[in-house]
Formats: sequence, structure tokens, C-alpha cells
Amino acid sequence: MAYLQGVYPIVKKELPARHIIDLTVSAPEMAAIARPGQFAHLKAEGLFLRRPISICEIDREKGTLRFVFEIKGEGTRVLSEKRVGDNLDIMGPLGHGFARPEGEIIVVGGGIGVPPMLETAKGYGEKATAILGFRSANAVILTQDFQRQGNRVVLCTDDGTMGFHGFVTQALEQQLQQKKPALICACGPHPMLKGVAQLAQQYGVDCQVSLEERMGCGVGACLVCACRTVKDGQEYLSHVCKDGPVFDSKDVLF
Amino acid sequence: MADLRVKIAGVELKNPVIPASGAYGFGREYECLYPLSELGGISCKGMTLRPQNGNPPPRVAETPAGMLNSVGLQNGGIDHFIKEELPYLEQQDTVIIANVAGHTIEDCVEIAQKLEPTKVDIIELNISCPNVKQGGAAFGTSCSAAEEITRAVRQNTTKPLMVKLSPNVTSITDIAKAVEAAGADAVSLINTLLGMRIDINTRRPILKNNVGGLSGPAVFPVAVRMVWQVANAVNIPVVGMGGIATAEDAVEMMMAGASAVQIGAAIFADPWTPVKVVRGLNDWCDQHGIAKVADLTGTVQPW
Ligand SMILES: Cc1cc2nc3c(=O)[nH]c(=O)nc-3n(C[C@H](O)[C@H](O)[C@H](O)COP(=O)(O)OP(=O)(O)OC[C@H]3O[C@@H](n4cnc5c(N)ncnc54)[C@H](O)[C@@H]3O)c2cc1C
Ligand SMILES: Cc1cc2nc3c(=O)[nH]c(=O)nc-3n(C[C@H](O)[C@H](O)[C@H](O)COP(=O)(O)O)c2cc1C
Ligand code: FES
Repeated sequence: MAYLQGVYPIVKKELPARHIIDLTVSAPEMAAIARPGQFAHLKAEGLFLRRPISICEIDREKGTLRFVFEIKGEGTRVLSEKRVGDNLDIMGPLGHGFARPEGEIIVVGGGIGVPPMLETAKGYGEKATAILGFRSANAVILTQDFQRQGNRVVLCTDDGTMGFHGFVTQALEQQLQQKKPALICACGPHPMLKGVAQLAQQYGVDCQVSLEERMGCGVGACLVCACRTVKDGQEYLSHVCKDGPVFDSKDVLF
Repeated sequence: MADLRVKIAGVELKNPVIPASGAYGFGREYECLYPLSELGGISCKGMTLRPQNGNPPPRVAETPAGMLNSVGLQNGGIDHFIKEELPYLEQQDTVIIANVAGHTIEDCVEIAQKLEPTKVDIIELNISCPNVKQGGAAFGTSCSAAEEITRAVRQNTTKPLMVKLSPNVTSITDIAKAVEAAGADAVSLINTLLGMRIDINTRRPILKNNVGGLSGPAVFPVAVRMVWQVANAVNIPVVGMGGIATAEDAVEMMMAGASAVQIGAAIFADPWTPVKVVRGLNDWCDQHGIAKVADLTGTVQPW
């Protein structure tokens, strides 16, 4: 495991939807080694613990990392107040990302679980189908970014105000009925991940899910970020920051 | 360059800075940032006789200037430590401190016996973990229990024995005197202070264990006070910890009576903290004309 810690300038900031912040940071050393599905541990000044945020996009040529996050509480609020030119104290890249198999993949993102799927689907062009779910039309983010990188996009909203009216799991089942991908990658709320994992098992497709847990160190030393997994048929507490955040869905006890 | 060497329990450390048990694993997660040989020592994650999973998550809650944890001694057990972690630590050129946390006196004795032939430098007997149901802090909150367990381990090890004390007691000095009488070579303090946070929207405690141990800068003044009291009550070295985040904090803790310091939660905010404290201690001594950092210990001049 190799990660870095440093202070890096914010080079771009956008506000794509209500309470959603999109920051691009110039961090060439991190961009050079980061992989899709990994995360970074961000310092929010004035608060004791860092905040884990997934890497949304990696641009090796420009040497940048992109983070898209929702203002949830005090820490993300402090981070949301950062401006272009301000520095961000980052530990990263951390954890294990998604596998990158040959062939076709389906990425499934729910709400603020959508950002890490962007880099995950990059490079696959139309061999990646992105099933992206949001509460409502006004919460939709990043769909154009997926389209720009050539992915097939299936947009879903819970209330039907945009795209398919329904959950990502329904849209996923429709896709699986037509064709089986090499891998399903998913990030989003726990019930969604559980549903995706069940479908993957039902259709006999490999599936990886990105989990969340409250963190301390972010690197595997403090053991606070435990999650329930199975190892050799026995329940075992793994650690989201080091063993994950991406796990094989068959290993997760939902 | 100040002389940063210190001695605790007869063991020489190249400097007085030790990452605290539970905050640093076995060091592996930090070797990509700096060589572990820059540290005075490493206090390993608390180990029990058999592997254990610890408490269910969430196990961490943020607090003003600190955090609560309820890990509950998740560890791979003593045999795993000796086989998988110790060979790695032996190569790091730093003092190895094994944090021992049995559920019973017999457990602790057996762990100590298993450590006897190893290259572990110091045993830190943890009688103060607030997060386990049996044993743990129960040994650290009564003088007779603290004395009994210390004596039992003392009789079964020739290694330097340091006993880690709980702050969740009425009189920490009485416990310190009891373990000194039972043969401890040093004491370390403080472990975490029992605390609780509630999510007011769900009316649920944030920690699944309901309660957990408070650490980080929030506890620093309490730790300084306790180190000062204990250092004045016993004749064995005191290793001070609780909230240390800067070299100035370390100086303060040493002035209160600590011969060395441990650093826990501050590492989560900045993984470089231990190394920054080593360098900062050196600078502070140079600026203040202090040739030996060990000369700072207990130099507070109380009113
Ligand atoms: C691996 C990983 C990747 C993530 N990626 C993203 C992302 O790309 N975009 C995004 O918007 N959010 C992401 N999150 C969730 C994000 O970390 C939390 O929303 C954030 O920590 C909340 O902090 P706060 O101070 O605003 O909220 P508070 O509720 O005030 O935070 C209090 C404490 O709880 C922790 N906490 C609260 N909610 C979560 C949570 N869901 N997961 C982990 N810790 C939490 C905080 O870190 C902090 O220590 C990710 C979480 C993990 C574990
Ligand atoms: C996540 C975490 C795990 C800990 N695990 C242990 C442990 O296994 N054994 C032990 O003696 N102390 C343990 N502690 C206590 C620390 O070693 C230390 O006594 C305490 O945190 C105070 O120091 P600090 O404020 O610098 O963190 C743990 C602390 C934290 C934060
Ligand atoms: S956050 Fe410390 S081990 Fe995962």
C-alpha cells in the first residue's frame, strides 16, 4: 500500500446541484497512482477527524483529482466553503478500487454514490452502461460526464421527474435480462447495494460494491471502520478503509 | 542537536515519542510516509490470548477536539502477533512495546509467557480498556485487582513491565501505587475516558456500543493533571499520553512528569504527528538551551 499526504490547490469548483460540491484539485503525484473506486481522506479545518470522499475522476495528464460531495454535516460544510486557489489537505489515494475486467461492465450509482462510478466507467466507452439513480430531476449530477466519455447512460429518478421512473435495481434487472456483463460495480445507499448484490447473484454475474463506514485513520491502523463480511464461511469484521471500500458483493453480509 | 534519548523501565529509546496502542496498528500503514526507525518505540494494538472481532460498527464518533472509539480490542491474538507482526517490527529498529489485554489474570499470564522468548522490549499491561465487557478496565479500577494482576504477570516475565492505567477512577494515584508495589517497572497513562454521543435526530447513540473511549486534544488537560499526580506519587517512570498533538504538548507532558510520551488520536488528523513531535522536541530543546530532553521530566514548578 502506498499513499501520500499533502496540501494541494483547488483549481476548479462547481455547484452542480443543491448541496452538491464539485472540486478539482491539482495533485499530480496522487493522480499518477490513483485507481477508480479509491478514496481520499480530506481535512476539514477546525474538525478533528478527516472526511472520506471517493475519487470521482483522475486526470493523469493534467495531474488532477476530482471530488464530488454532498453537504451533509459540519465537515462537508467546511469543505464546501473552499474556493479556487485554496489548499486542500489530502491523504490518498486510499483503499482498494474496482476491478477492470475485459468486456462489458455495468456501473450502478445511487445519489451521492454516483461520483466514483465516473472514473470506473472511463475507458470503457459504450462497453459500460451507467445506471444512475437520483431522488428527483433537481438532484441529477454527472450524467453528461458519463455521456461525454461515451458510456451508455440509463437515468432513473425515484419520482419520475426525469428518465426512467423507478429504482436503479429495476433498470439493472432489465439490462441483465438482455445481456450479462463481465462485472457489475455499484456504489450507493446500503439497501440499493443489497438489491444489486441479490440481482447479481440471481443472474450469476460478478459484482463489486463500495461500502461506507465512519473512519478514523483511513489507512487500516485504528480498526474503527469495521464492516461485516464473510471469510472462509465465517463472519469476519473487515475494514472499509483498507480491505475496501470496494468488496466482492458475495463477501459482504448485508 | 539535543540528546533525545530517554530511558523507561531500563530500556533506552532513541527519543521519547511512541505511537499509542490502537492508533497505529503495528506501524505497517505508516512506513510509506517515513521510516519507523524515526520513532522512539511503537506500542502495538492491544492483544488478547485468542483472536477477537471487537464491537459492532459504528465504532467512532467525532467530538469537539477529539473522538470516541469503541473498537473493543479487535485483534488477531497473541500467536498471530508473534508469527505475523513481530518479525516485521524486529526489522524496524525501534523499541517494541506489546500491549497485553487479557480477559482474566490467567490470560495475561499466558500471553506474558508466550512473549518471554521473543524480542519484545517492553510489556504494557493494559488494565484500562473501557470497551470490553470482561476484564479490561475492571482490573484497572480497583487497587486490589490492579495489584493482583500486576503481581501475577510480574512473576511470569523477566521483561520490563509497564502498566497502563485508566483515568476512569476516583484516585489514579492509589492505583499507580498499587501496581508499583506489585512490581511494575513503569506506568503509562491515560487510557481513554468513557464518553457518549447521541444522534439527536434518531435518538440513538452514534456508537453501536452506546459508549466509548474519549481521546484526542479534548482530554489533554486531564491527562497532564493525572500524569503530574502520578509522577509525584510513585518512583517508577511515567509514560504520558492523552491528547498530545504537538511538540509543545509533549514538552508540557514531560514537565508534568512524563519520561516519554505516546501519541494516539492525533495521528488520524495528521499521520506525520509522531515524526513532527520528534523534530519539534529537538528544535524546542535547542532553542531553550536544553542539552538533554530527559532533563525536562518533572520540571514543572507548582505554585
Ligand atoms: C469510502 C467512502 C467514500 C465516500 N465518498 C463520498 C463521496 O464521493 N461523496 C460524498 O458526498 N460522500 C462520500 N462519502 C460520505 C462522506 O464521507 C460523509 O458524508 C461525510 O464524512 C460526512 O461528514 P460531515 O462532517 O459533513 O457530516 P457529520 O454527520 O457531521 O459527520 C460526523 C462524523 O461522521 C462521519 N460520517 C458521517 N456520515 C458518514 C458516511 N456516510 N460515511 C462515512 N463517514 C460518515 C464523518 O466523517 C464525521 O467523522 C464517502 C464515505 C466513505 C466511507
Ligand atoms: C481507535 C483507538 C484504539 C485504541 N486501542 C487501544 C488498545 O488496544 N490498547 C490500549 O491500551 N489503548 C488503546 N487506545 C488508547 C490509546 O492508546 C491512548 O491511551 C488514548 O487514546 C489517549 O491518547 P490520545 O489522546 O493521544 O489518543 C486506543 C485509542 C484509540 C483512539
Ligand atoms: S479508519 Fe482506521 S482502520 Fe479504517
